[in-house]
Amino acid sequence: MTRAALLVLAAEDDVAVSLRAIAPGERLLYETGEVVAVDAIPFAHKIALRRIATGAPVRKFGVPIGRATADIAPGALVHVHNIASDYINNALEHFED
Amino acid sequence: MVDGTATGFLRADGRKGIRNHLLVAYLVECAHHVARAIATPFAEQGVQLIGFSGCYPNTYAQDVMDALCTHPNVGGVLLVSLGCEEFDRSRLVRAVAASGRPVDVAVIQKLGGTRETITAGRERVRRMLDEVAAVPRASVGLADLVIGTKCGGSDGTSGLSANPAIGRAADRLIDAGATVIFEELGELFGCERHMAERAASPALAAEILSVMAKSARYYGTMEHGSFGGGNISGGLSTVEEKSIGAYTKSGTRPIVGLLKPATRPPRPGLYLMDMVPDGPVRWGFPNINDTTEVVEMIACGAHLTLFSTGRGSVVGSAIAPVIKVCANPETYRRMQGDMDVDAGRLLEGRGTLDEVADEIVRAIAATAAGTPTASEALGHQEFVLGYKHFAPAGPACFPA
Repeated sequence: MTRAALLVLAAEDDVAVSLRAIAPGERLLYETGEVVAVDAIPFAHKIALRRIATGAPVRKFGVPIGRATADIAPGALVHVHNIASDYINNALEHFED
Repeated sequence: MVDGTATGFLRADGRKGIRNHLLVAYLVECAHHVARAIATPFAEQGVQLIGFSGCYPNTYAQDVMDALCTHPNVGGVLLVSLGCEEFDRSRLVRAVAASGRPVDVAVIQKLGGTRETITAGRERVRRMLDEVAAVPRASVGLADLVIGTKCGGSDGTSGLSANPAIGRAADRLIDAGATVIFEELGELFGCERHMAERAASPALAAEILSVMAKSARYYGTMEHGSFGGGNISGGLSTVEEKSIGAYTKSGTRPIVGLLKPATRPPRPGLYLMDMVPDGPVRWGFPNINDTTEVVEMIACGAHLTLFSTGRGSVVGSAIAPVIKVCANPETYRRMQGDMDVDAGRLLEGRGTLDEVADEIVRAIAATAAGTPTASEALGHQEFVLGYKHFAPAGPACFPA
C-alpha cells in the first residue's frame, strides 16, 4: 500500500506537511491537486502548494503561521529561510542541527 | 483504579495521591549536596530530592514549596537548611504540619556540619519512612485526578499526532470529571482569540487576552521566544506554527478558569495556567526549561503530567509521574525506552486518533494505579524552581 506523501490540514492552506522525505522533482498528489517538489522536503516539513508572494501570510491548520520573507514558488520548501513570525523571531546564529 | 482497588493514598486534608513520596528538600543551594547525600540511599523507597537554590526571599518560590510539600503524592518532608538562608523554613514547617504530614528539619549549622547532618538526616528519613507508609489507602478514580499537559522537544509531528491525541484524551478526562491544566503562554501565540471564545465567562475571556498580551510583551522584551533550534530542525518555522500545534493539547471543552502557579483549581474542568510573571520584565525567561512548567502544574495539584515530544525528550519529574506521548514515529523507534505512548503511528497509518486517545487514558489509569511510567522506571526526577512574581488571581479568573 502506498500512503499519501502530503498532509493538507485545511482546504485553504498554502502549505502541506510531508509524511516522508521527498526528493526534488517528485510529483505529488494530494486531495485537491498536485505539486512537483522543487526542493528536498524532509519528513514533517512544509511544501508550498501555490505561489506565495513576499509579505503574504502563510496558512497552515487554516490559520496564519507567519509571513513570507521571499517569493515562494509552488513545490518549494517553506521554512525559516523564507517565512518569519508575526510575533517573535529569534536570532538563529547559534542554531545547530 | 477502574475496579475500585484502594491503590491511592488518602491524606489528612481529604486529598488523594497516586504516589507516596518522602521528600528531602534543600532550602538553599548551600544545602543541596547534604540533602542529596541524605536522600540518595533511599531512592528505591520513594525518597525524592527537591529544593530551592536561591538565598534571597521570594513569595512565589515559598508558595510553590508550600504547595509541593503538601501535594497529595507526598507523604512526608525532611527539610535541609544551611541555617542562614533567607527562606522562611518555619512557615514551610507550619504548612506541612497543618496538612497532617510528618515533617522534620535538619539545620546543617546546628547539627555540626556536612558529615553530622548526613548521618542525622538519614536517621530521620528511616524513622519517617515508617510513618509515611502508614497512610490510609483509598480508591482513586479519574474524577479525583488533576492532570497537567506539556510539550517538550516539539517538531513538525507534534501538532499532528501526540498533541491532538492528548487533546482528545483531555476531553474524555474532563467528561469523566477530571481536572486538566494546559499552559505554555509563550507557545499559544495566534491562539488568543480562540481561547477567549472558549472561556466560561466574558470576564475570564478578557483575563486570557490580558495574560497573552503580557506574554507577548515579556518574551518580546527577552528577544527570544519559546522556540528553538530543535523545533527548527524538526520542521517548525515560527513560534505561532509551534503554538497552534501545542494548543491542540487542550482539546475542545470550555476553559473554566485561569490559574497562577501554586493555585489549586477550585472545581473540575479545563484550566489555563498563567506562568508568565506579573509586573515589570525582571525575572528572566518564564520557562527556563520544560521542567519549570511541569513543577508549576504539580504545585497546582497535578497528580501526573501528559508530556508530548517529537524530537525526543527523556525528562520525568519529582513528585508526579510524567507520561511521555511520542509524536514522531522515527523518534519512537530510536528512543522507545523513554516513551509510554506511540502516537506517531498515526502518521504511518497505524491506528486512529481515537485509538491513541484511548491508549493515553489507559496509561493514566495504569499510572494512577501505581504502574511506573518509563521515566519513573529509569529513575528520572527532574526538578527546578527559580524566582518569579505573581499578583493574586482576581475573581474574574474563576467564574462561578
